[in-house]
Amino acid sequence: MDRTLVAWVEDKPGVLNRVASLFRRRAFNIESLTVGHTEKPGVSRMTIVVDGERTDTEKVVQNLYKLVNVIQVEDVTDDPAVHRDLALIKVRASNGQRSEVMQIVETFRARVVDLGLETLTIEVTGTEDKIDGLYEILQPFGVEEMVRTGRVAMVRGKNGKGPAAKAG
Amino acid sequence: MKRTGAQIVWEMLSREDVEVVFGIPGGAIMHTYHPRQDYGIHHVLMRHEQAAAHAADGYARVSGKVGVAMATSGPGATNLVTGIATAMIDSVPMVCITGQVPTPLIGSDAFQETDITGVTLPITKHNYLVTDVDELADVMHEAFYVAGTGRPGPVLIDLPKDVQQAQTDFNPPDDRRELPGYRPREAGDPDLVQQAADMINAAERPVVLAGHGVEMSGATDVLRRFVEKTNAPVALTLLAKGGFPESHPLTLGMMGMHGEAYVNRAIQEADLLLAFGMRFDDRVTGTLETYAPDAKKVHVDLDPAELNKIVPVDVAVEGDLRRVLEQILPLVDCGERTAWAKQVERWRGDTAIRDVLNRPENGRLVAPQVIDAIYRDTNGEAILVTDVGQHQMWAAQYYPLDMPCSLVTSGGLGTMGFGLPAAIGAQVAEPDREVWAVVGDGGFQMTLHELATAVQEQLPIRIAVCNNGYLGMVRQWQEFFYDQRYEATNLLNPDFVKLAEAYGVGGWRVSRPDEVEDAVAEARAHDGPALVEFQVAQEGEEANVYPMVPAGAALHEMIRRPEVAAKTA
Repeated sequence: MDRTLVAWVEDKPGVLNRVASLFRRRAFNIESLTVGHTEKPGVSRMTIVVDGERTDTEKVVQNLYKLVNVIQVEDVTDDPAVHRDLALIKVRASNGQRSEVMQIVETFRARVVDLGLETLTIEVTGTEDKIDGLYEILQPFGVEEMVRTGRVAMVRGKNGKGPAAKAG
Repeated sequence: MKRTGAQIVWEMLSREDVEVVFGIPGGAIMHTYHPRQDYGIHHVLMRHEQAAAHAADGYARVSGKVGVAMATSGPGATNLVTGIATAMIDSVPMVCITGQVPTPLIGSDAFQETDITGVTLPITKHNYLVTDVDELADVMHEAFYVAGTGRPGPVLIDLPKDVQQAQTDFNPPDDRRELPGYRPREAGDPDLVQQAADMINAAERPVVLAGHGVEMSGATDVLRRFVEKTNAPVALTLLAKGGFPESHPLTLGMMGMHGEAYVNRAIQEADLLLAFGMRFDDRVTGTLETYAPDAKKVHVDLDPAELNKIVPVDVAVEGDLRRVLEQILPLVDCGERTAWAKQVERWRGDTAIRDVLNRPENGRLVAPQVIDAIYRDTNGEAILVTDVGQHQMWAAQYYPLDMPCSLVTSGGLGTMGFGLPAAIGAQVAEPDREVWAVVGDGGFQMTLHELATAVQEQLPIRIAVCNNGYLGMVRQWQEFFYDQRYEATNLLNPDFVKLAEAYGVGGWRVSRPDEVEDAVAEARAHDGPALVEFQVAQEGEEANVYPMVPAGAALHEMIRRPEVAAKTA
């Protein structure tokens, strides 16, 4: 089963390299890794999805702490949390097929962000399952291109995690 | 007052109490070298950057301080790599400062440019590329803090030439500045400590597995009180030698692949293993499937990533070993455990008849005789530096140590060529102590150019070259496991005495057992560095390190020493 880790790291050059290098060096399997700014200047936040079958999550956490720039790591898999992935999907859709594709888009609460003569570009956010589902249904039309961000996660409610939550 | 980056380097080294730097200048670091004399810090000019890193490492292991190595960009920096990896795996505090091409040229494949922070990422505790001279003082301060605290390790600072040249107002770093994610834990969790104590009190056959952490955390005294209260015998890893006195009646000796049979047997039969500041290296466990099958296990280590990494344990306590032992001590009961002590003594009983030192004299020189002679002549008080291979194991077996910071050896990485340069660092750290570098003919030739450094620095190190004309440990494995095909292990060696003399080092050659004592005494009396070549047994039983746990075998499945002496009892 996938495990979702959230890591708060100092926003310094090479931090992503250090984390990626650690995963390679210790032979940990990563499903996805996203990184971006947080509400706190100088702190970046990574959401790391690891294959819990092949990789011992506790070891991942302990080894992440060996990196001097890693501030805090939480395994949020068992917390009530919002997990989101974002995908852009460019699908072949000529005049005859457009309305059918649009209906699918609506059903999935996705939206069309670009309209070409031959293609539609769809933006969809949600769990990986939902995006996988949409992709599967769109495939018969001909998917030209797809890009996904990888999972980001945030624990629900007041019980926030991370250095900011602790300070407050 | 304005200072250049170069001046800030030395200013900060002074503030960190650095007395000596080991290195070699070059194009991208010479600007930093230029103001050195103004700051009164000694520089030892090595002959190869690998040796500079090993010397800084040897200095750190003996002094307990952070060792410093300096090199230029490109090849200078990459030559440090083996030395950095050696320090990393043995948790040795070290700061390496490398020159780098000017910042505008970084990434352009400029002359002597190497991405050394990229190269050393997995073999440093942390590293820095300084691109702004205003950050330099803080980075230097932080580097020494990171290198020397928690689980120590090497830190590299890469310094582009333009940053060395740039001027700025020097502001001493703010001591309160903290690394938000770097909080080495000191005391252990009280609940876990209590659980560990309960297990100790319930144990009938406990064995302490003492590691490098004993020495590094300064836990020698509290460990002595702990074992004297509980009567738990102590097995040592290679790097624990000196961390707990080997003359103590509860010390069993070195465990693992070349540990004495009774030590490994005690571990296999124990009902409780107390792993204190060690990391269950494959060289100490043998195959894990059959490792101490009846033992509950308690592991105390500063680095949580070591806990449950190799051997799953019943209680894992993260914390500084000295602090945790201080917590445990009042919670454990006094225990006699006489039955266990007697059992271990029975196992120990047949060791003497297998000791090559007790064999009838046959005129052939063996390395244990050499180590034993040095041990007796130096009263066991020398700083023992080794290279890597058979002689290293014999040195560990035949030179018992009682004082911390007295063994300098590459344990985890097994770096041949480590011995001589590390001995230089050790002698610089302790000018008044006698330093013996025990090396093999193979490893010695990997860094023997450092004889020149020893002479230039007038360091009176004593070098015992155990010359068996082979890469001996590899040859031993070939004998045991590769059909005695001595593939690429036979060495045609130079005349080591002439070589020593060419460098200005006193040289002696010994080929018979009755010459050993005189040669050791003469080398010790020599003014300046001295080298003795001991021509020891090349092949056969006398040329092998025993006992030996073959790779992949259980810890108690040892190839024992052949019996050499008549049983007296």
